Amino acid sequence: MKNVKVLGSGCKKCQQTAQVIQDHAEKNGIEIEIEKVTDVAAIMGYGVMSTPGVVVDDVTVHAGSVPTEEQVKTFLARS
Amino acid sequence: MLESFTWLASWLTYDVFGIETGTKLGNSIHFFIEDTSKIFFLLTLIIFVMGLFRSILSPEKIRTYIEGKPKTVSYFLAVSLGAVTPFCSCSSVPLFIGFVEAGIPVGATMAFLIASPMINEVAVVILGTVIGWELTLIYIITGLLVGMFGGWATDYFKMDRYVEDYVWKIKTGQVIQPTYDTTLIGRILFAWGEVKEIVGRIWTYVFLGIAIGAALHGYVPTGFFAEYASADNWFAVPLAVVSGIPLYSNATGVIPVVEALLGKGVPIGTVIVLMMSVVAISIPEFVILRKVIRIQGLVYFASFLAIAFIFVGYLFNALAM
Repeated sequence: MKNVKVLGSGCKKCQQTAQVIQDHAEKNGIEIEIEKVTDVAAIMGYGVMSTPGVVVDDVTVHAGSVPTEEQVKTFLARS
Repeated sequence: MLESFTWLASWLTYDVFGIETGTKLGNSIHFFIEDTSKIFFLLTLIIFVMGLFRSILSPEKIRTYIEGKPKTVSYFLAVSLGAVTPFCSCSSVPLFIGFVEAGIPVGATMAFLIASPMINEVAVVILGTVIGWELTLIYIITGLLVGMFGGWATDYFKMDRYVEDYVWKIKTGQVIQPTYDTTLIGRILFAWGEVKEIVGRIWTYVFLGIAIGAALHGYVPTGFFAEYASADNWFAVPLAVVSGIPLYSNATGVIPVVEALLGKGVPIGTVIVLMMSVVAISIPEFVILRKVIRIQGLVYFASFLAIAFIFVGYLFNALAM
């Protein structure tokens, strides 16, 4: 089970990000739990200034945009 | 090219709708159609073009540009970068923390936050086509100077004591550079996404601004403002600044109002500071900044801007006379 954190203050893009990841995981049978992090201090703690950001198992893998399907595939496949 | 919007407005107003030329209604409708078509066209075009180059101007990059520079240089860099960065007030807080955490003086950070909403490519291009490039240049230079001076004052009066304590404790270490798709298709998709997002966010302000501008243009007699807001009326400038404080709009949204007021003979200084006050001193922005700056600090910040704008207004009115 991978822990995925979506970082962002609740904007539309953050919801889209969570959705893209959820869809990809379901389609490919990857087990994940998605957590939303909205606290700015916590987000900054992951080194993310531009939201939405994505953290997989405590490693920041993406920042600054809604990830593409391709990017989701890459960072969920890692580690 | 931009004359085509005037033709379009004339054709629609007088030929299609059959409204008589020179009537109040005709003037208003003409103004409304011309500004709506022109401003939304320019808005889309400029945001799209800027979106193509967005990856050079991420806040993370800007942080590395300013980091470690001497104070005086940092104010200048901060306002210049603030002016060219398309920036949503919703990212003020991460940006503020990110800058402070990198050791950038609070003054330079504030300079960035002052300049950014007032000056941006979209507002500059639209302002230039609507009120002329000479006045636009004056607007830009003033905005930059107020930003730099604000940054200097923040540091000089040690305003950093009003920054919330938790901000100083955040340690991000390595900041992750955003991943941008830099292929042509990727850039185009990103730019189009920006257009949809930004236009989606500000179109209500722009429409409202055009409607107010159109009403002023058609229905307010030319003598009205000359009587109450002429340059020798000393309270017109402070009144413009104070009335701008509770009002909030995106810079682009104020432009049609600016255009109409200038057309009615309101002096340039008064109009410019009304615009600055509406754009730069805003309650939504302050509510967001409250997360990192204590109330007292925000009061000082707003007062500083108000005083600076009043000064700017008097100066320009005096220069214009």
